[in-house]
Amino acid sequence: MLSSAATSITVVLIVFFLFIEGAGVFTKKPIEEGFLLAVHSTNPIQKLEPSQVKDIFDQKITNWKQLGGKNEPIVLFRTEDITEFYSEAELGENFEHFPAKIDEYVSKTPGVIAFFSDKYKAKNFHGKELEINKIKIFEFLSGEEWFPTAQPIAQMGVKALIYGTLWVSFGAILLALPIGLAAAIYLSEIARKRTRNILKPLIELLAGIPSVVYGFFGLVVIVPLIQSVFGLPVGETGLAGSIVLAIMALPTIITISEDAMRTTPRAMKEASLALGASHWQTIYKVTIPYSASGITAGAILGIGRAIGETMAVLMVTGNAAIIPHTLLAPLRTIPATIAAELGEAANGGLHYQSLFALGCILFLITFCINMLVELVTNRGSHKKH
Amino acid sequence: MTIKTKLFLMLPLIGMLSCGKAKNEDKGTEDKATAATSVTIKGSDTVLPLAQKEAEEMMKTNPEVSVTIVGGGTGVGVTALLDGTTDIAMASRDLKTEEKLKFSEAKKEIEKVTVAFDALAIIVNPANKVGQLTREQLEKIYTGEIKNWKEVGGEDAKIVAYSRESSSGTYEFFKEEVMDKKNYASDILSMPATGAIVQAVSQTKGAIGYVGLAYETKEVKQLSVSYDQGKTFVAPSVASAKDKSYPISRPLFYIFDKVNAAKVKAVVDFALSPEGQKIVSEVGYVPLN
Repeated sequence: MLSSAATSITVVLIVFFLFIEGAGVFTKKPIEEGFLLAVHSTNPIQKLEPSQVKDIFDQKITNWKQLGGKNEPIVLFRTEDITEFYSEAELGENFEHFPAKIDEYVSKTPGVIAFFSDKYKAKNFHGKELEINKIKIFEFLSGEEWFPTAQPIAQMGVKALIYGTLWVSFGAILLALPIGLAAAIYLSEIARKRTRNILKPLIELLAGIPSVVYGFFGLVVIVPLIQSVFGLPVGETGLAGSIVLAIMALPTIITISEDAMRTTPRAMKEASLALGASHWQTIYKVTIPYSASGITAGAILGIGRAIGETMAVLMVTGNAAIIPHTLLAPLRTIPATIAAELGEAANGGLHYQSLFALGCILFLITFCINMLVELVTNRGSHKKH
Repeated sequence: MTIKTKLFLMLPLIGMLSCGKAKNEDKGTEDKATAATSVTIKGSDTVLPLAQKEAEEMMKTNPEVSVTIVGGGTGVGVTALLDGTTDIAMASRDLKTEEKLKFSEAKKEIEKVTVAFDALAIIVNPANKVGQLTREQLEKIYTGEIKNWKEVGGEDAKIVAYSRESSSGTYEFFKEEVMDKKNYASDILSMPATGAIVQAVSQTKGAIGYVGLAYETKEVKQLSVSYDQGKTFVAPSVASAKDKSYPISRPLFYIFDKVNAAKVKAVVDFALSPEGQKIVSEVGYVPLN
C-alpha cells in the first residue's frame, strides 16, 4: 500500500517535472537569449520567420527582394565580424566603443542584417530591430527542420522526429510481436521440457545484453546486410533500427507471454482436448484467450522498450532529421535526439527545454499506445465471458 | 569451545581495527596532497584525452600537484573560467568575441597557451575514385547542393555524408572552418562517435565523413583538400598539419586567468615540455614543433 502510493507519487512528480520543463519552450523566442536581429532603418521588412532567417544566414536568400523588400543584396553581420571593419584600437581597449561601432556599421550599410547581443546595442541605436515571435505549439509540432543549435535562430520543428520514432517503433512491433508470440507458444505448449529448459535461459540472456552492444552489432552486421540486400546507397535506415529494436524487445515479449500461457489451468486444456479439439485449436481457443492479459503486458513492456530505446537506435538509424517516407531511409528518433543532445544543452536554456518537450511527446505516444492496448484487451475479455 | 567462540568474536574486531587504521593513514597522505596545489581543468572534450594523459604522467613525477579534469565542451570550460570554478579552461577553438567581451567586463586578464594542434581528415570509402576536393565542394556536399559523386569527378553514385552530433566541438569546427558557417543539410547522417563514422564510411560505398587525424585506419581513404579553389591540394598528415600547409587544422588551448599563473605553472609547463609534447603525439594530435 505504502510502497505503491510512493511509486505513484514519484511517477506523478516525474511527469509533472517533465511537463513543467517542456512547457518552458513555448515561453521563449527561438533566438538566443539577450541577442537581437537588426536591419537598416530604411528597410521595410518588419519581421521574419525563423526559416527565412536561417536561409538568409545560409546565403540561400541573398537579396531583400526575395522577402518582399527593396532590391538590395543582403549583407550578413555577426558580432565577431566587427574586427574585419574596425581595428582593435578603434574598438577601445576594453571594447568600450563596441556599441557605437556596431551602430555606425549598421547605419551605413543599407542591406545589412546584424546579429548581436543587446548589451552592445547603442542607446540611440539607428537600426531597426526585427520582431521575433515566441515559439508556438503548432509550429513546434509541424515544423520540419530540427536545428536546435543553429545561429542566429534555432529551428525547432519536431515533425521529422515524431515520424521517425513512429516508423521505427511500428516496424519493430510488426517484427517482434508475431515472432515473439510464436516463440512463446512453441516454448509453452509444443516444446519438450528439456528443449524449453535450454531455450528459455538463452532467450532471457538476450535481455541482459547492454543496448550499446546491440547497437554495435546492428552497425557492423545488420546495416551492411540491409545495404546489400536492398541495394541501397546507405545502410543506416529505419529498418536497421526496427530489426535491432525487435531483437531487443523479443526476450520481454517471449518470457512474459510464455509465463502467462503456462498458467492456463491444466483442467481447461484437458477439457478442450476431451471435447475433440486438436492441439492447435486448444492453443488458440483456450490458451491464448486465457492468457491474453499476460500477453498484452509482455507486448506493452516490449514496445515500451522499443519506443524508449536510445543507444542502439542512435547507432544504426543514421540520425538524419528528415521526414521518412519509407523504412529504407535514414531517420532520427526522439530518444536518440534526447540522448545525443541533452549533454550539451545548457541547463534551463531553449535547447534544454525543447528536449524536455520532446520527452513529453514521447511520454504521450507511449501513454496512448498503452491505453489503446488496454482498451483492446478489455473489449476482448468482455466478449469471452 | 568458549575460547573458539571468543576467537570468532575477536576476528571481526581485529578486522575493524585494522581497517580503521588503514583509513587513517590514507587520510594522512590525502591531507598532504591537498596541502600542496590542486588544479582544476575543465572544457573541450577534444583536449580531454590529452589533458588526462598529461596529468597522469605529471602526477607520477610531481606528486605535489593534484589535477582534476572535467570535460563538457569548450563553452563549458570558458564559462567556468569566467565564474572562477576552474583554474584552466581547455579549448579547441579561439575565444569568441562575445567571450572576450565577457572577460573584459569581468576585469579578468587571461592568458592563452597553445598546447597542441588537431587536424580534421576528410575520409571516403577506399573504393571511391575521388582523391581530392576543394573547400567549396565540401561545403556544397554538406549543405546538400552536391548530391552525386559524378559532380565532383567520381562515379555516378549518391553521396552519403556523415557528420558528428551537434554536441561535438568537431561539428562546430567543421561548420565554421569548412562550411562558411552555413547550416548542415537536414539529410546529413549524424553519428554519436568518431569511431562510428569510420565504421560507417568503411562499409558504405558512397560515404564521406570527417574525423580527427588520430583516427587514421586502412579501412578508409583520406582525401587531399584545397583551400585555394583547386590550385594546390594538400594531403592530411602530421607533417602537413605541423607546417600549417594543411588547412583544416586548429590549435588546442589551455586558457587561464593571469592571477592564477603561478598556481597552474606546473601543469602548463609540463604540457609544453618535451615529455608533454611526446604525449601529444601518442594521443594522436600534432605536437607544437
